[in-house]
Amino acid sequence: MAFLELNNVSKSFGGQRVLSDINLSIQEGEFVAIVGYSGQGKTTLINLVAGLIKPDQGEVSLEGKPVTGPGPDRGLVFQNYSLLPWLTVQENIALAVDQVFPGWTAAQRLAHIDKYIAMVKLSHAKDRLPKQLSGGMRQRVSVARTLAINPRILLLDEPLGALDALTRGTLQDEIANIWQTERKTVVLITNSVDEALLLADRIIPLTIGPGATLGESVPVTLARPRDRKGVNHDPEFKRLRALVTNQLLAFNAGRKVSLTQKLIRPDILPEDLEAPRVSRPPRRPGEEKHEVILTS
Amino acid sequence: MKSFKLDGLVLPLFGILLVLTLWHTMAGKKIYVLKESIEVLHTSVIEAVPAGEAGWNTLKPLLNKPPVEATKLTAAIKSLPNGPEIWTALEQNLEERRVGLISSLPNVIETWQASKLYIVEPFAKRGEMDQGILRFSWYSLILVAEGYALALLIGTPIGFFLGLSSMFTKTFDPLIQILRPVSPLAWLPLGLVLFLSAGKEAGTYGALFTIAICSMWPTVLNTAVGVRAVPQDYLNVGKVLKLSRWKTLTKILIPSTLPYMFTGFRLSLGIAWLVIVAAEMLTGRPGVGGFLWQEYNALIYEHIILSIITIGLIGFILDRLMSLVEARFKAIS
Repeated sequence: MAFLELNNVSKSFGGQRVLSDINLSIQEGEFVAIVGYSGQGKTTLINLVAGLIKPDQGEVSLEGKPVTGPGPDRGLVFQNYSLLPWLTVQENIALAVDQVFPGWTAAQRLAHIDKYIAMVKLSHAKDRLPKQLSGGMRQRVSVARTLAINPRILLLDEPLGALDALTRGTLQDEIANIWQTERKTVVLITNSVDEALLLADRIIPLTIGPGATLGESVPVTLARPRDRKGVNHDPEFKRLRALVTNQLLAFNAGRKVSLTQKLIRPDILPEDLEAPRVSRPPRRPGEEKHEVILTS
Repeated sequence: MKSFKLDGLVLPLFGILLVLTLWHTMAGKKIYVLKESIEVLHTSVIEAVPAGEAGWNTLKPLLNKPPVEATKLTAAIKSLPNGPEIWTALEQNLEERRVGLISSLPNVIETWQASKLYIVEPFAKRGEMDQGILRFSWYSLILVAEGYALALLIGTPIGFFLGLSSMFTKTFDPLIQILRPVSPLAWLPLGLVLFLSAGKEAGTYGALFTIAICSMWPTVLNTAVGVRAVPQDYLNVGKVLKLSRWKTLTKILIPSTLPYMFTGFRLSLGIAWLVIVAAEMLTGRPGVGGFLWQEYNALIYEHIILSIITIGLIGFILDRLMSLVEARFKAIS
């Protein structure tokens, strides 16, 4: 039995199938990256694992127990940080720690919070409000808050999506370092192949919706720690990047947007004014046009 | 930057001055018409007042061109050493009249003269309905504070229920929309009836009831909007941490709703202050509204204007204070 299992999971929103037949099994301590295009259900997938939404079909289970709702055993790092703006860095983390470890003494909790603030290198800013922090700092607080509740599995939902390229790189290294020390099971959702290659043990591409599903998983065997500069010249890195990128591009190539439009041309024939205005029929054939637009 | 500051001060002052001028020109003024000829007046002054000749000489140019402006005559008589005696002698031969576009409206100077005592001794108590203007305002403020507190205590939870439960909204929203536009003047009699058994205190309770029910709605509606506007992300944080309902309320919902709540609180305070005047008028309680109505009945129209200006200024100050508090909460989120 794998650590995290998704069996035939499907999810629809408003009649539109977003995810279908998702099968995924992740071993304990594994770092898995799910790569896909924007808007194809990546966040839906992570919310299913987090328990924030329930699958229409299939089952999500963690350590053999089915997931029925959200809980602190699955630490979710939100795409948009989701820090409470009226609490300082420390208070934001304290809210989580106080809730998850009610049995500890106040001093124990305080030391625990400080440890995680130090881990993300924000000790100097622990009394600041989120609006006084940069985007990268906010996301580090969010990561610290999630790690501090000591989850069984860490779910990262495009954690670096909103950051600039330089901050992104720094935070990728920090996440890699933290993973090296904590050895947690991690599911990372991202749209960057490079990010996935730098961090993950295994990359799983998500196909294109509607009804997106997971593609063939690609094991990443690059040695750790992975140096972001050196890795660019590594032939294995290049091979994997080409592999994953081609897979993703292949999904997209099959996608044709087809669109039927009713094009009303200026009508030069005299209109039948006797007919009711609303349902007056087209005067000429050929006012309806079918268009196929290729988007690759 | 400097010109901006000047604009902020000079332009409002200019506006106020403009309105005061307009008021003053439209308002009436007191004049005296001579009942007798100037010679008869002369004789009566000379006969009644010893050494009245000197005083007469000062007044003569004024009285020569009737009608005489009351303020000018009063000022001239005041400057004489034997002024009071001369006035007694003159008074019976003068007829008082008011002229002007709106002759019964007191002008700026008359209003100031009649209100001076109430302003320079703002906390004096000369009788039940004859007290300094700030003392009256204080009575009103206490009543408003009580009614307003009641409105917040009732309105905020209702707002939370409306925001949290669509069932509750569907059940009570139409009712709220119907009750909301009802005027304080309509609620007050009902309030008096409700507390009829309270006897002497019925007026107070009725007024409190009216203030509370009229000023509650902005708090109710703004709180509801605020609760509905709590970002789903914050609620997800609570869900992932498995916060209890109570903790979700105190740690996430209330802090997130506070800016909206305070907007509601500010609007509610404005309405509470509006209602107080109506409530005091009808119940005859001592207070700035009660004073206004009493002075209308006593035909002292200057005091109506004094009361209006006082009510406006206090309302303005209350609104500014609440805005400051509101801005503090807005700044955080």
